[in-house]
Amino acid sequence: MVQVHLPSMLRPMAGEQTVLEVQGATLTAALDELRTRYPALERRLRDESGALRRYVNFYVDGEECRRLAGPDTPLTPHTELMIIPSVAGG
Amino acid sequence: MEALLAIGTRKGLWLARSSNSRADWTVTGPHLPMTDIYALAIDTRGGAPRLLAGVMSQHWGPGVATSDDLGATWQEPEQAPIAFPEDTGAALERVWQLTPAPEPDVVYAGVEPSALFRSADGGKSFELVRGLWDHPHRPQWTPGFGGMAIHTVLPHPTEPRRLTVAMSTGGVYDTTDGGQTWAPANQGIHVKFLPEEYPEFGQCVHKVARHPARPDRLYAQNHHGVYRSEDHAKSWQSIADGLPSDFGFAMVVHPHKPEVIYNFPLQADEHRFPPDGRCRVYRSEDGGDHWTELSGGLPDSGFYSAVLRDAMCVDDADPAGVYFGSRSGEVWASADEGDSWQRVVEHLPDVLCVRAAVI
Repeated sequence: MVQVHLPSMLRPMAGEQTVLEVQGATLTAALDELRTRYPALERRLRDESGALRRYVNFYVDGEECRRLAGPDTPLTPHTELMIIPSVAGG
Repeated sequence: MEALLAIGTRKGLWLARSSNSRADWTVTGPHLPMTDIYALAIDTRGGAPRLLAGVMSQHWGPGVATSDDLGATWQEPEQAPIAFPEDTGAALERVWQLTPAPEPDVVYAGVEPSALFRSADGGKSFELVRGLWDHPHRPQWTPGFGGMAIHTVLPHPTEPRRLTVAMSTGGVYDTTDGGQTWAPANQGIHVKFLPEEYPEFGQCVHKVARHPARPDRLYAQNHHGVYRSEDHAKSWQSIADGLPSDFGFAMVVHPHKPEVIYNFPLQADEHRFPPDGRCRVYRSEDGGDHWTELSGGLPDSGFYSAVLRDAMCVDDADPAGVYFGSRSGEVWASADEGDSWQRVVEHLPDVLCVRAAVI
């Protein structure tokens, strides 16, 4: 199972859990599962067209997904997926 | 009488309450911190007032939050309250306008990219108004500096199937069949920034207002141009004479007197400041034929800040209260229809919108 680590700001949308376990062979598949289980969480990560929000980073085993294959980045059952808001705004 | 003034800023919402006829205000906030609040509504149609806020987090995206306890707690539904259907290929950028309609539980939302959504459950969930989204003009609407958004939504007070909207830079559009078909309504509005001076559409409207007791008359503040329509937006005539500038963003109608309107002129285009740095509201008591400069209590110099399109409003008390907020984070209030002013709060982030009501 992929371990999804949530930042504190998003935990209220997942019953205050810090780590979620999801299945999915790609980042998109994992987020699709989140959409079903935690829609209020998932829509803060992607817009309704499925695009990853610009200032949300998805670290797949330590590498940001945009340096890999973006939403198509493959995941394994041992992947640690960290969701971290980027440094932005004034 | 207790009055509530909601102040939307670039970094959250502040709420001011007054229980002594708007002489003193108690301000709380930030509520919904670190979100742009571009749209606010105080829906007083039901028993308890409901606050609606169009919120935009730079990280987590846009949404609509509601509060039924005057801001103590906020709710957002599990599913996105406003979302473009999959076949449109579009995604919501920002909510610019939330407008309760005369029909019970109906709320309209004007959004970016330019689209209109309708809620039948008090603002918890919304559906795209397809007739406007599918309008053949839409590919030719172009974004102004502030974005391409429906920023004005004016439901008709007695004809539920009639609705007027405005956007920059697309102009005013009107429907009489519940949103299925829309006609541009910009005749007479001059355009300085296009080759054609009087195009059918493409005007940069900043705000349109109307009074429910006289719905055939509308007032508009444009990017260069202040106008009145006597025929439900079919045609427009200039009412800029008497103002120090025909540029500005806000246009507000008195809650009880359809002929009384308020405006905050800015010198333009080279300077988007109040003329000579003087903070001045202008009031007309005859529908824009004549204007009076209101100065009681307002800064006489050194005020180099703008008032944005939704950052001026009136409450529904008698005598009416008038309010405006500046990009420099000051909010001013008048409890006597604009004759005298006091500062409610200062040092906030940029004020994007204000709304006030008796609660």
